[in-house]
Amino acid sequence: MNFYKKRKIVNRLMCSLAFLCAFLTLVPLLSIFGYVVSKGITSINLDFFIHLPKPVGESGGGMGNAIVGTLILIGLSCIWAIPVGICGGVYLSEFGNNKLGTIVRFTADVLNGVPSIVIGIFAYTLFVVPMKSFSAISGGFALGIIMIPTIMRTTEEMLILVPRTIREAALALGISQFRTTISIVLKTALPGIMTGILLAIARIAGETAPLLFTALGNRFWQRGLTQPIAALPLQIFAYAISPFDDWHRQAWAGALVLIVMVFLMSFISRFVIARRYKFLRSS
Amino acid sequence: MKIKFVDTGFKKATTLIALIVVALTLLLVYNMATNAIPSIQKLGARFLFTSTWDPVKEDFGALPFIYGTIVSSFLALLIAVPVSLGIAVYLAELAPQFIRQPLSFLVELLAAIPSVVYGLWGIFGLAPFLRSTIQPFLSRYLGFLPIFKGEFYGVSMFTAGIILSFMIIPTISSVSREVFLAVPFTQREAALALGATSWEKIRLAVLGYSRSGVLGAIILGLGRALGETMAVTMVIGNRPEISASLFAPSYTMASVIANEFTEATSNMYLSALIEIGLVLFFVTLLVNITARVLVWKVTNKVEGGIRE
Repeated sequence: MNFYKKRKIVNRLMCSLAFLCAFLTLVPLLSIFGYVVSKGITSINLDFFIHLPKPVGESGGGMGNAIVGTLILIGLSCIWAIPVGICGGVYLSEFGNNKLGTIVRFTADVLNGVPSIVIGIFAYTLFVVPMKSFSAISGGFALGIIMIPTIMRTTEEMLILVPRTIREAALALGISQFRTTISIVLKTALPGIMTGILLAIARIAGETAPLLFTALGNRFWQRGLTQPIAALPLQIFAYAISPFDDWHRQAWAGALVLIVMVFLMSFISRFVIARRYKFLRSS
Repeated sequence: MKIKFVDTGFKKATTLIALIVVALTLLLVYNMATNAIPSIQKLGARFLFTSTWDPVKEDFGALPFIYGTIVSSFLALLIAVPVSLGIAVYLAELAPQFIRQPLSFLVELLAAIPSVVYGLWGIFGLAPFLRSTIQPFLSRYLGFLPIFKGEFYGVSMFTAGIILSFMIIPTISSVSREVFLAVPFTQREAALALGATSWEKIRLAVLGYSRSGVLGAIILGLGRALGETMAVTMVIGNRPEISASLFAPSYTMASVIANEFTEATSNMYLSALIEIGLVLFFVTLLVNITARVLVWKVTNKVEGGIRE
């Protein structure tokens, strides 16, 4: 009888511990949220979005150039990473059922696990050293490398979900495989692929480490793609470790903008697109 | 005829682009290795086992950084592993159906927060809190231990370990949850049929069956912790010293690259930093491959029952 009681107590104890762990994790999440919103919201105004940073000692100013810079960097990385990622994914799902496919899949996983700072060094040796200047292009290249594995693997997964019968129906009508893949398979899986792309963008929007010695940062409006470029995360980092209260306030405001951007993208990809996409899973 | 021509072209084009990804990865290794050669040639194995870091005399030893990376990552695992396993067990086995999705979404949000925001919160939120609440407590009751000795200024190995643990909890918990869900239902039913309580069911059927997958999830978390840069750089204090106390400032491999790369004026200095990056690359590579193999073993093991 005693043994039975002990088992019941242990059961109760372990189950409540698991429950506790699950809700304990929400504490840092809520704390970060609370800090960013409460400290950031007071410094957010129109000036913050359209003005340049002010020199030390002058209050006011904003992160307009950093916000634009982040958007430019995202654009630059998307330009090359999305086509490469999607084509790679198409290869893996349509022709990748062989040794070469396994190698590509493995490499994508390896690339996904490479610390982002190491990718920064790679972009530095490939672009900054020969060009002899930090530049927006090198930053876009580094961020693109981080995006590719995510886009590639989600594209592959989504294309595999498209029923074989649909492909066979198209091929039976005498349509080329190229046309079938582009107009039918890719089109059916498009919402899922979009999810992958948005997730990849959400991931790189907040990346700082690979930009430290590629994009470098810039206190002025952007003039060209071969110049150093400002980015929101870089600016937050620079302000956070500075000794000035005014800059700390700006850093919080920047963090609020960044976190809203990132969460919005995760949210859209998870709820809006995933909802519309459900019909594929059930078929 | 025309169709066949288009199709072979299409296949070749996608293959070529897929190969670009492989080529880029190889180029990454090659570029890093060639740039690290001056440092490897001059310093040899001494680089990994000495702790002088003197850019002026060009004498570099990476030991304090390696120590910092290892200790901060293991500290993070020490905190994150039990908590993540608790979450995974709760989400996969115990939680009512309507809580599962929202809760797992919230845990995943923790992974979506940019690391620079973690760092900002670490400097102004976590570090003052640790200093005012946790550190006095630890010093009073556990101060006799060498790891809790000395002054605490907020930035330290301790703070870095805690921040890192928050950052790897989503990785470990979501992979473990997947692994738990891959355990065949017949295993659980067998345990229950023998009269097991629900904890005994989890321990015997779920945890027992998925042991290697959970290990894989933990190692995957370790891989993330080893390479994490910004948040750690902002709270670890950046001092290249090996100290027994967790309250002392430290330095990691990733943070030294982040802090000193743009200041590195001589080729030798740059080469030493790139060598640190190369070491970091190979360590995370090894860790990630081990983890993948372990997780893959469990999620692809279907014998002994019907997969859910």
